[in-house]
Amino acid sequence: MQMTRRALLGTGATAAAVTSLPRLTRAQAANTIRIGVMNDMSGTYKDNTGPGSVACTQQAISEFGQQGFNVELIFADHQNRPDVGVNLARQWYDQGVDMIMDVPTSSVGLAVNNVSREKNKAYINTGSATSDLTGAQCSPTMVHWSYDTYMLSRSTGGAMVKAGGDTWFFITADYAFGHALERDTGNFVKASGGRVLGQVRTPFPATSDFSSFLVQAQSSRAKVIGFANAGSDTINCVKQAAEFGITKRGTKLAALLMFITDVHSIGLETGQGLVCTESFYWDLNDRTRAFTQRVLPKMPNLYPNQIHAGCYSGTLHYLKAVQAMGVAAAKASGTEAVNRMKAMPTDDDCFGPGAIRVDGRKICPSYLLEVKTPAESKKPWDYYKVLQTTAAEDAFRPLSEGGCALART
Amino acid sequence: MDEIFGIPAPLLFGQLLLGLINGAFYAMMSLGLAVIFGLLNIINFTHGAQFMMGAFAAWMLLEWLGLNYWWALVLVPIIIGFTGVVLERLMISRLYKLDHIYGLLLTFGVGLIIEGIFRNQFGSSGLPYRIPPELQGAWDLGFMYMPIYRGWVVVAALVLCLATWLLIEKTRLGAYLRAATENAPLVQAFGVNVPRMVTLTYGFGVALAAIGGVLAAPIYSVNPQMGTNLIIVVFAVVVIGGMGSIIGSIVTGFGLGIVEGLTKVFWPEASATVVFVIMAIVLVARPAGLFGRA
Repeated sequence: MQMTRRALLGTGATAAAVTSLPRLTRAQAANTIRIGVMNDMSGTYKDNTGPGSVACTQQAISEFGQQGFNVELIFADHQNRPDVGVNLARQWYDQGVDMIMDVPTSSVGLAVNNVSREKNKAYINTGSATSDLTGAQCSPTMVHWSYDTYMLSRSTGGAMVKAGGDTWFFITADYAFGHALERDTGNFVKASGGRVLGQVRTPFPATSDFSSFLVQAQSSRAKVIGFANAGSDTINCVKQAAEFGITKRGTKLAALLMFITDVHSIGLETGQGLVCTESFYWDLNDRTRAFTQRVLPKMPNLYPNQIHAGCYSGTLHYLKAVQAMGVAAAKASGTEAVNRMKAMPTDDDCFGPGAIRVDGRKICPSYLLEVKTPAESKKPWDYYKVLQTTAAEDAFRPLSEGGCALART
Repeated sequence: MDEIFGIPAPLLFGQLLLGLINGAFYAMMSLGLAVIFGLLNIINFTHGAQFMMGAFAAWMLLEWLGLNYWWALVLVPIIIGFTGVVLERLMISRLYKLDHIYGLLLTFGVGLIIEGIFRNQFGSSGLPYRIPPELQGAWDLGFMYMPIYRGWVVVAALVLCLATWLLIEKTRLGAYLRAATENAPLVQAFGVNVPRMVTLTYGFGVALAAIGGVLAAPIYSVNPQMGTNLIIVVFAVVVIGGMGSIIGSIVTGFGLGIVEGLTKVFWPEASATVVFVIMAIVLVARPAGLFGRA
């Protein structure tokens, strides 16, 4: 049923996206940079990416202003399906889109990466988790912006083991992303002297009741239950763990990928005390607060998370690079545009000063966050306490370990 | 520690119990479908959306009007049941003379539209709904920690299933309903308003889905996709039990919940598929379902 409906929607979305490209005269087109935001507009990751990513990209374009060239924004729904994503990317690039933005869902993110490399077009991924984007599958046309599985594992996994959680049991979404997150975190646990007692692979996306798996996890007597899943899976796991009194008995929960939008859905009553990692929190400092106030009127009843912030930050940096190298050169080669981005230091209100490595990894500090209690939360979306900050240089996988060909040359 | 098939006995008992709890949801949902199909001959694919609307209505009553869970349990079936009545009068009633497939397509489409509207309005990550204070906490059963709320869900589902079965099989109203499905013109000739009875039956089936939604709200994330996740399994339950068989849907609902629970221990990756494997076997061996009349 899901497939049929999605296929129907897909045809409509693709058609809409294609026809929405306005006809420009040749002279206009040559002086216009086109940015396409591709993400989940109707499914489970809609709140984590979706219209929020479009709003933040638009915000960056507005703030960049008129610098001698026009910037145009289009967007479409890839429905978390690699085939739809690849088709859209081809059509967009063929019709003059210069840069694709966001692209959550690792399988789609990797597929679009291949198209971008083939077409020599710039591609900034803020939505996918897989660290393979800057590892074995790295590309000279791609920048991976906000986070990845390695960063999440290192920050959350490492901190939990240090705090005494040295035995782990994983509840893992049974597909590539879940396996990668489980593997990366397991490695950190073992490297820090901990042990993995077991794991259970849950069918994705057809699972909404996790109680059986939680009880299995509990009976393993592990000190930490790691949720290697995302979105509504994580939300249901957390809610049901609270229901079964798992945290009250001293077992710690590690939500390995959780966004502030998920915390909003879980609610502080249930979510308090959970530990997670993001590279952006709206209430971190004056600059993040200022950004949030500027973008909020455009957001769809949500505060921005790290993916949304990445869309803003990535777009702004890309446009600065285009300005520096000239529109014609940027349009001619995605590799050159990305090279220019790598040569320039990044700096914006969301992530502060940073840089892009040769393998395409944008580096920035990561924050280990704890969900506040209802009593500690004083204003809307006041959800996190910062427990620990990992410096930009240490937050991501070392260049030498990723296996990216660009890092060897 | 005692072991059964290599699994510690306490863990196995725990899983059986959890399976029973999930079975309660399956039974309640498939019961509504069975009532609607048995009496209206409509395969109600809007059922998942109506379950979701039940959960959202409970959330709205709490957030917007300050009415707690217990009020929701009373009001939500009435409100959502009424939307069902409107839907039946305006649209579904026009399709009774046509093939099943038209009713299926209409209700499927309506379900998608409802889901889309909720997703647009409330986003996709869902909304929090707390377990009512009276039902918080858990019993320590020795072999597992049993949330009081889940116990309540099983009891509530059993009572509802039993009451529905009694209503349809043992009361005069139920007799009218059953008679109307056999021969509507004859029953009408006896002075019974058959169209109204059919409308109310649809409303009742929808109300059952809505109660399911209210019961599910504190356990699952209240989100627009919550019905889609459940409805496909529930349809399999109805097919296995026998389309339109009330007792079949109840027994199969609980039974499959337990089978699924056990699969989660022995082969977790297959737990989402096992119900469909059983469905395929039943369809081949007994096409009318375990409790259906051929």
